[in-house]
This record gives sequence, C-alpha cells and structure tokens, in this order.
Amino acid sequence: MEQRTEALLEIRDLSVSFRMYGHGLKQEDQQVISDLHLSVYPGEILAVAGSSGSGKSLLASAILGILPDNAAVRGYVSYQGEELTPEGQARLRGTEIALVPQSVSFLDPLMRTGAQAEGHRRPRPAERRRQLFRDLGLPDQTERLYPFQLSGGMARRVLVSTALLTDARLIIADEPTPGMSLEQALKALRIFREMADSGRAVILITHDIDLAVEIADRVAVFYAGTTVETAKASDFKAGPGALRHPYSQALWRALPQNEFQPIEGSQPDAGELPKGCLFAPRCPFRTAKCVAETPPVRQVRGGEVRCCYGA
Amino acid sequence: MSGNIAVRGTFRRLVRVFFTCSIRMLSLLLAVSVISFALVTMSPVDPVQQYITGLGTAVSPEQRAKIEDYWGVNEPPVRRYMGWLSELVRGNLGESALYRRPVADIIGERFLNSLALMLCAWLLSGVTGFFLGCIMGMYEDRWPDKLLKRICYVLSSTPTFWLGLVFLIVFCVGLGWFPVGFSSPVGVLRADVTLWQRIHHLILPAFTLSLMSFANIALHTRRKLSDVLNSEYVLFARARGEGPYTILCRHGLRNILLPGLTLQFASFAELFGGSVMAENVFSYPGLGSAVSAAGQNGDVPLLLGVTLCSALFVCTGNMMANLLYRVVDPQIRKELR
Repeated sequence: MEQRTEALLEIRDLSVSFRMYGHGLKQEDQQVISDLHLSVYPGEILAVAGSSGSGKSLLASAILGILPDNAAVRGYVSYQGEELTPEGQARLRGTEIALVPQSVSFLDPLMRTGAQAEGHRRPRPAERRRQLFRDLGLPDQTERLYPFQLSGGMARRVLVSTALLTDARLIIADEPTPGMSLEQALKALRIFREMADSGRAVILITHDIDLAVEIADRVAVFYAGTTVETAKASDFKAGPGALRHPYSQALWRALPQNEFQPIEGSQPDAGELPKGCLFAPRCPFRTAKCVAETPPVRQVRGGEVRCCYGA
Repeated sequence: MSGNIAVRGTFRRLVRVFFTCSIRMLSLLLAVSVISFALVTMSPVDPVQQYITGLGTAVSPEQRAKIEDYWGVNEPPVRRYMGWLSELVRGNLGESALYRRPVADIIGERFLNSLALMLCAWLLSGVTGFFLGCIMGMYEDRWPDKLLKRICYVLSSTPTFWLGLVFLIVFCVGLGWFPVGFSSPVGVLRADVTLWQRIHHLILPAFTLSLMSFANIALHTRRKLSDVLNSEYVLFARARGEGPYTILCRHGLRNILLPGLTLQFASFAELFGGSVMAENVFSYPGLGSAVSAAGQNGDVPLLLGVTLCSALFVCTGNMMANLLYRVVDPQIRKELR
C-alpha cells in the first residue's frame, strides 16, 4: 500500500444531520455524522469499524449522495482530487463508486437475480455476468431465481457481483459478513482483497473489529458519528501502546481475547452530542480544553487521530 | 427446473386453484341463498299480495287461497326453500311480479347494461387511479401530491348520488352535453339505437361511478409506491445510479402492480354498491336500478335473483384477484408447491 499516491476519496470535516420533528412542532437537528475525516487510497482496504448505531451506514449514503431529503450535509468530499457536487455524485454512482449492501433485502424481491445483477444500464453485460457468477461459484440456474430463493451465502455473492460488474474504482461494502459462517466470511473478504489488489479501493464498513484488523490495510475507528483514529491494521495487532486514541485503546482492551475490560458509560445519541470531543465524557485523560472544543486532527506516528492527548 | 416442466407445473397448479375456488364459490352462493331466502321469509313482504296488486284486478278470497295453495305459501319454510332451490338449479329463477317476465331474462338483459357501465367505470377508475397514485407517490409531500391528495379526500368523502345529481345539473341540464337519463334515447326503437347513442348515455353514469372508487385506488397506489420508494432495494438502486424514472419503471411498477390489481378486482363489491346509486340517479336500466325497484315493490323472485347474481359477480372478482396473484407473484407461486 502506497500512502504517497493521491487519495481516491478524501473526506474532511463531513457532518450529516437530520431535521426531525420533536415534541409538538419543535424542529430539532440530529447530528449523525460529525466532523468526519477519512481518506482511502487505490489498492487498499480501509475498514471503518464502530459499534452499531454509530452512523456507519449513513457514511456510505453520504458519499454516494443518496441521503434522505431531510438530511443536511456539510464538509468537503473529493474524488480523485475533485470536489464532489451532487451532480458529480450522481455521475459516479454505479460507475466509479459501487456499493455492496448489507443483505438480501437490498435486492428487488420481484426481479430475477440475473437481471438484477446486470443492472439497468444498456447494453446488459449478460455474458460478463454469467462468467462472473461461475467465477463466484454460483450455479447456472441462480440467474433465474428470485432473491427469496437464495441462501445467505448466495445472496452475498450476488450482491458482490453487482459491484464487480461495474468498473468502479471505489467499492463501499456495508457490513458484508454478518450472518455468515467464519469460512463464508473469509471467502467473501478474500474477494474484497482481490478487488483491492487489482488496484481498486475498498471501504469496508463493519462492526467486527477482529475481522477489520484481519483483512484491512488500515482501520478507521468510528465513534458517535466521527472517526477518532485511523491507523494501520498492524497497530491494532500490536496493542494499545501502538494506538493513539483513548477510545481505540479502550476498544482494544474490551476485546475478549485481550483484557475483556469494558469502560464506563455508552456512546452518546445523535440528539445529545457533547460540545467538545465526542469521547470526552468517557475519557480518562480529558482536560478542560477537550470538553470545551473539538480537537483538531493530528498526524501521529503514521496515523491520524482526533485527540489533544498526546498518546 | 427446465422451462417446460415449470410451465406444466404452473398450469396444473392453476387448475387446482381454480377448482378450490369454484367449490368455495358454490358454497358461498349456497350460503347467500339460504340467508337471503330466510331474510325474505322473515320480512313483512307478502309476495301473494304483491302479485295480486300487480295483476291490477280484484281477486276474491277463494281465488287468493288458490294462488297461495298453488305457490305453496303455507308450507314450512325449509320445504319452500328446497323447492325454490331445485328450480334454481334447473335455471328457473321464477317470474318477476313487477315486470311479469322471467327473472333470468331481466337479469340477463340488465346485467349487460350494468356490465357495460361497471366495466367502463372500473377501467376508468383503475387506470386514472393507478396513474395519479404513481404521480402522488413520486412527488410525495410536494405540491402535486398535496393537491391530488386533497382532491382524492374530497371525492372519496362525497356521496355518489349527490355527485351524480350535481353532474346531472351541470352537464345535462346546464350545458346539455349529455342526456338526462336511461341507456338509450326515449322514443327510439331498441333495434334503431346506435352504439354511439348507447355510449353517449353511458358516459356520465360511468364517470360518476369511477370517481367514487378512483380516489381509493389512487391513495392506495400512492401509499404502496411510497413504501417501495423508501425500501432498501430502491436505496440500493439509487446507489447503483438509477434515476427516479428508471426506478419507477424497473422497481416501482413491478412491486405495486400486484397489490393494485388485487385491490382493483376486490373493488367489484363497492362497484356494484355504487352502481345501485348511480343507476338510480341516472335512471339507467341496469341491475342496480332493478334491485332497488324490486326492493321497493316487494318483487321477491327478482330480489333473490339479483342478490345471487351480485354475489356471483363479487365472488368472481375476488377469485380473479386470487388467480392473478398466483400467476404474477413468484413468491406465492413457489409457496404453492
């Protein structure tokens, strides 16, 4: 992985909020993604790891520009060095950036798998799709099946095939492994590895930190809608000493194979975010400064971290 | 699973479904006949008196007793029912006391009139309802949706007969575009009535009738489409670069057509109910006006005949919806194995 090349996708200070109607007619904005930093380079797998409800899936929608109408987006997103506008996003969807969704419910229940994988663009890549299905180990009759007739593993492969059929250079895979056996999961992840090795960039959104460390080149730790730290996967293997953010360190310690020690408190909800650093209320090293204002992103030992604490 | 075997399998399943549906329909008709016969028996309507009134001449008590004897009025209800049923099975629905003609003939002739009316209204409301529902769903919560939704609410809360009267006043009396009533011009022999004249008489009642049910279909279609557009598979379609129009054609129609069709066929009951109103307002000689005439004049054979006929009609609609579901929806098709 060469960090020197230009980032394929770069995100700086991305915030996404939803306008909600609270009690009565009171409108309130719920911030689901706050000041998020993320860059992904060609040829690498970047895992975005965080607990459920931390807004990971919305990140994919925000990059693709398919958030609901009541969402407001701030910040800077660029693709190949060019800032992404809504028109630009519309142009890149399905051609340059492909999404691999979570589950079979993202397939039209009344459309046969083959037609579905081939997509809406003409001419249909029928021959290529047939070959791809064979390569993925899908039996020939799969193309005639409806989504509800697919097994979990087959559905996963069909979903992956939709991305492989495009010439997209950025693949965003949203929780591609839940509900799979370890063997199936490793098989699916091998496909993403191959994608990355062929020069594409893969963003792997997952809640499974072990899996992320295993397969990815770099891991971005997601907490309450922001990335607190982006580090090499090897840093996670090395232990808390190699990590930079108190949350990443706490996460490492909480893993069963490590110390199995959880920290106090829980992730703040989108409506009740603290003012400064989002992790400050739970942080053992917090200072008056990080409670008051959002710390800047710093480069520390080859990784990115959003923290004032000089870990 | 080669195509040939699949097709043969589908056909065999359809035949089986058809048989179960037919048996269900027969038992339903039997139940309807029992209940309606019981209701008529319990009602204060005296068929003998109605018959005598219809004759227009005075009848002595002896003659009246003879008629009662001949008709079997004093026999126990179960025997009377069995007698009526056995005639019914042979195709004899009795003679209308009001029109002095076999009930089967009246129903046959009036049913054709009603069928033309209901079919036009049905198609009109189905097509416009579906189309407007799609527009509302596509523009959910924006002005086209808000406008159409209001129109739908107003129309679905407007009684048919009142709407019919308004149309009569505006289009027939005021503007003179359409004839005021009946299915053909007054004073013209039936053989001389042209198709255009029939259509001309049909337009306004059919339009009134369709306005009643189209709002329902439009609102249902809107709801369904909005569900589909908020689904995960449409989110994925958008992620793959499909535009709104492509999504409607590729996923929207495919997923809302089925519930739409079912609703459309299941609306036969409302359609029939509405046609009673519309036909009365426009003096249109269909089944609906026959049933109200039969009710008002105590014409028992006609009333029972029309009741059975309408039950058959509504049940056929539901059965068609069921069959269609099985042909179109792969999920249900596979479950049937």
